[in-house]
Amino acid sequence: MTSQVSSPAEQAVPAEQPSGAAAAPTPVDASPPSAKEVRRLDRVIIRFAGDSGDGMQLTGDRFTSETASFGNDLSTLPNFPAEIRAPAGTLPGVSSFQLHFADHDILTPGDAPDVLVAMNPAALKANLADVPRGGEIIVNTDEFAKRTMAKVGYATSPLEDGTLDGYNVHPVPLTTLTIEALKDFGLSRKEAERSKNMFALGLLSWMYHRPTQNTEDFLRKKFAKKPQIAEANVAAFRAGWNFGETTEDFAVSYEVAPATSAFPAGTYRNISGNLALSYGLIAAARQADLPLYLGSYPITPASDILHELSKHKNFGVRTFQAEDEIAGIGAALGAAFGGALAVTTTSGPGVALKSETIGLAVSLELPLLIVDIQRGGPSTGLPTKTEQADLLQAMYGRNGEAPVPIVAPKTPADCFDAALDAARIALTYRTPVFLLSDGYLANGSEPWRVPEPDELPDLRTRFATGPNHTLADGTEVFWPYKRDPQTLARPWAVPGTPGLEHRIGGIEKQDGTGNISYDPANHDFMVRTRQAKTDGVSVPGLEVDDPTGEADTLVLGWGSTYGPITAAVRRVRTAGDHIAQAHLRHLNPFPANLGEVLRRYEKVVVPEMNLGQLATLIRARYLVDVRSHTQVSGMPFKAAQLADVLKEAIDD
Amino acid sequence: MTEALKLVPKAEAQQTMKDFKSDQEVRWCPGCGDYAILAAVQGFMPELGLAKENIVFVSGIGCSSRFPYYMNTYGMHSIHGRAPAIATGLATSRRDLSVWVVTGDGDALSIGGNHLIHALRRNVNLKILLFNNRIYGLTKGQYSPTSETGKITKSTPMGSLDAPFNPISLAIGAEASFVARTVDSDRKHLTEVLRQAAGHPGTALVEIYQNCNIFNDGAFEPLKDREQAKEAVIRLEHGQPVRFGAENDKGVVRDRATGDLKVITVTPENEGDLLVHDAHAASPTTAFALSRLADPDTLHQTPIGVFRSVDRPVYDTQMADQLEAAIVQKGKGDLGALLAGNDTWTVAG
Repeated sequence: MTSQVSSPAEQAVPAEQPSGAAAAPTPVDASPPSAKEVRRLDRVIIRFAGDSGDGMQLTGDRFTSETASFGNDLSTLPNFPAEIRAPAGTLPGVSSFQLHFADHDILTPGDAPDVLVAMNPAALKANLADVPRGGEIIVNTDEFAKRTMAKVGYATSPLEDGTLDGYNVHPVPLTTLTIEALKDFGLSRKEAERSKNMFALGLLSWMYHRPTQNTEDFLRKKFAKKPQIAEANVAAFRAGWNFGETTEDFAVSYEVAPATSAFPAGTYRNISGNLALSYGLIAAARQADLPLYLGSYPITPASDILHELSKHKNFGVRTFQAEDEIAGIGAALGAAFGGALAVTTTSGPGVALKSETIGLAVSLELPLLIVDIQRGGPSTGLPTKTEQADLLQAMYGRNGEAPVPIVAPKTPADCFDAALDAARIALTYRTPVFLLSDGYLANGSEPWRVPEPDELPDLRTRFATGPNHTLADGTEVFWPYKRDPQTLARPWAVPGTPGLEHRIGGIEKQDGTGNISYDPANHDFMVRTRQAKTDGVSVPGLEVDDPTGEADTLVLGWGSTYGPITAAVRRVRTAGDHIAQAHLRHLNPFPANLGEVLRRYEKVVVPEMNLGQLATLIRARYLVDVRSHTQVSGMPFKAAQLADVLKEAIDD
Repeated sequence: MTEALKLVPKAEAQQTMKDFKSDQEVRWCPGCGDYAILAAVQGFMPELGLAKENIVFVSGIGCSSRFPYYMNTYGMHSIHGRAPAIATGLATSRRDLSVWVVTGDGDALSIGGNHLIHALRRNVNLKILLFNNRIYGLTKGQYSPTSETGKITKSTPMGSLDAPFNPISLAIGAEASFVARTVDSDRKHLTEVLRQAAGHPGTALVEIYQNCNIFNDGAFEPLKDREQAKEAVIRLEHGQPVRFGAENDKGVVRDRATGDLKVITVTPENEGDLLVHDAHAASPTTAFALSRLADPDTLHQTPIGVFRSVDRPVYDTQMADQLEAAIVQKGKGDLGALLAGNDTWTVAG
């Protein structure tokens, strides 16, 4: 099982982590298999792969949940096609879920799976290249019929023709075993077969000593209205566990101890990026003491935020599913005028449609959050895959000079804090703000230390309540464009406030009075003032991680590449090289010290999942010739490959 | 006060038209029909007796969309076609406001057609004033989605090819709960329609025929010329037989063969067959048939007045009800409990 011997590359303290020294796990309800050998590992990467109708995402979610409650650190990577049910048994229809879990702090879902569960020939073919030789492969042999193999181009059975030589293969007739286990349930063959994913989950749960009670509770709750199906799934799950316990093919099981030392004290849960972002929005509204209003149109991979927020009406959250992307942001902007914390959620194509309204929000100077869960582009692109290629769209994608602050979360759990930060900027500066997440963060998950509400920042803001200007004749008036001298924010006077009746609009306004103005000097002043307001947004200085102080190379990232970059940096340092790392949360404005940080290093590497958009901004702004490293495969960077890129730069 | 406005605070003192005039110079072309509509709206507002800070006018782009600048209320001059969407966000989040949308035929029916039909089907508490001049004025005279087929304009030197929209038919087809038509120059009729629209719970669409004296002058002349109007205009009044004509000798009856409506010359024998207008009819069929009576080219037999006014659940009311129901079912949101969820573990310090 050489593949399951940990590489130290992702360990926070690589040299001091002998795998046997970890504290013994304390499985809550899964007694360790008695007669079989148990080996200890410090980390494992498992990939479940099957047809898009096989329930692989659910299987992965359950394994993740078991793993989280056991106390491992973890990181996940769901990967599925855009089609809801692609043709069965085909390569495009393969759906997979990768989970990396460890007894220590980890940063990515892992480069290559140690264990592949392949539910059919297509799943095997689509994923085999990612599994290193020596890796374990559990295949559902029932699906390896001539016809299904031919469908994906296997002329002979890969189970027999030597294709899998060098792998540690466990052939398991998963379908037959599941049907056999459920024969007393009075289900049709087709119905019984559908529980084969739970059989596989049971088997893997046995292999890795996962607690099982939560999954059984989950199944009974999920199928509460169909108790027969619930019990069948529980039975399949247990049958899988027992199969591992009894069959000789599985001689060894593994322990991965809880990652007790990786986490500061606190209460933890597992959370995905979209869920963390949704909670961040609810928390921001509470901290601002404003009602939350979401105007949105369904789009992958952002729709889950609409779904989630629509569940929390008891927090006063209004969700409006609009007729299109434009109406989604339009309604949000209308609610912002009325004094709500207003949000619109979308992905790249939706941002394109919303551009004109974002420009209006820039002109109206009202708070508005635009959440862009980036996906592969251009056009429809890759709806279910990740990319960071909307940075320049967020930065510049509007007519006229229309600056918008940009905030980017770096991990799934960080989406919570990033949402609060984006709300802070929007409310303080009365401006639309982009929150740039992506598909990798949205669907990936990791443990999150649950904050207490009283730890959260105070986001309360003030509405205008009375006149703010005195005319030469002594008359007190309200000027909608008279700015706060510090923030340059204009007053937020909401309808219903007597005496402050005023009109705003996208047509250029006179400074102060807000009356329509075509005066050349006024327009020049207003354009520069809006830019100055954005440039003046308060963002923390960029922190640089350079433990030895001897590095001459800096790696600078933004957004969701934090995990892979940090894992790569650990590999480089473990190998004895020096490298400095910094990660941008604020893309507009940049931290004030960014230029100084860039000039401190001889070489700056900027990895991005686009063709060099941050690199373009940095070169233009700071005249620093950064080394752009790019990947647009729809998948996150792999730590090992990034480490090679960094090493090459260091040695250059 | 009606259901539509019961949550909107009332003015403390008697208001006058002057209270609703902003300090901005009105900049429409001299002679534009928009002046008359502005005066009618400003003149009508005091009758509503609402606190003017709780009134909001939202517009899109076009000549008519400058309207909010001239009203001394809250207002937003937004972007082309999007006013119904923006107003929906405002009205659904602030039920204490009286929200009005001012739009034109290009704004509402061309670039903003999608938002209009969805606002109508949702029945958000909005009053939409659609100034229809059958031309693009602000861009200097291209044909609009309500221009008659064959219209010669700068962009259609050989005549336009599109069949026009009939805004009333469109609105009825989009499930509108209140649909009316009036004319800029008939202050009394315009005010009466505004009165009924303001009191309607839900979305009210008011099409206002408005003369553009620069690019489409006289477009509604048959309805405005005193003599011609007698034959061209059919005034709809709820509960009254539908009849018109210089001698009041024409009327609308249902054609028993086709079920459609047709115009007849009224005689003592057939007088009893005349259609009695029922704006509150549950079925939109007859209102739709009335909307088809007019000849789109000559405008003869053009009904004006309230075609349809029915009670339907109001979107913003139901949205608010769901929020209240959620609190009853689940209790007021507890952020700490939400963040923790059901599946946590503890790491000791």
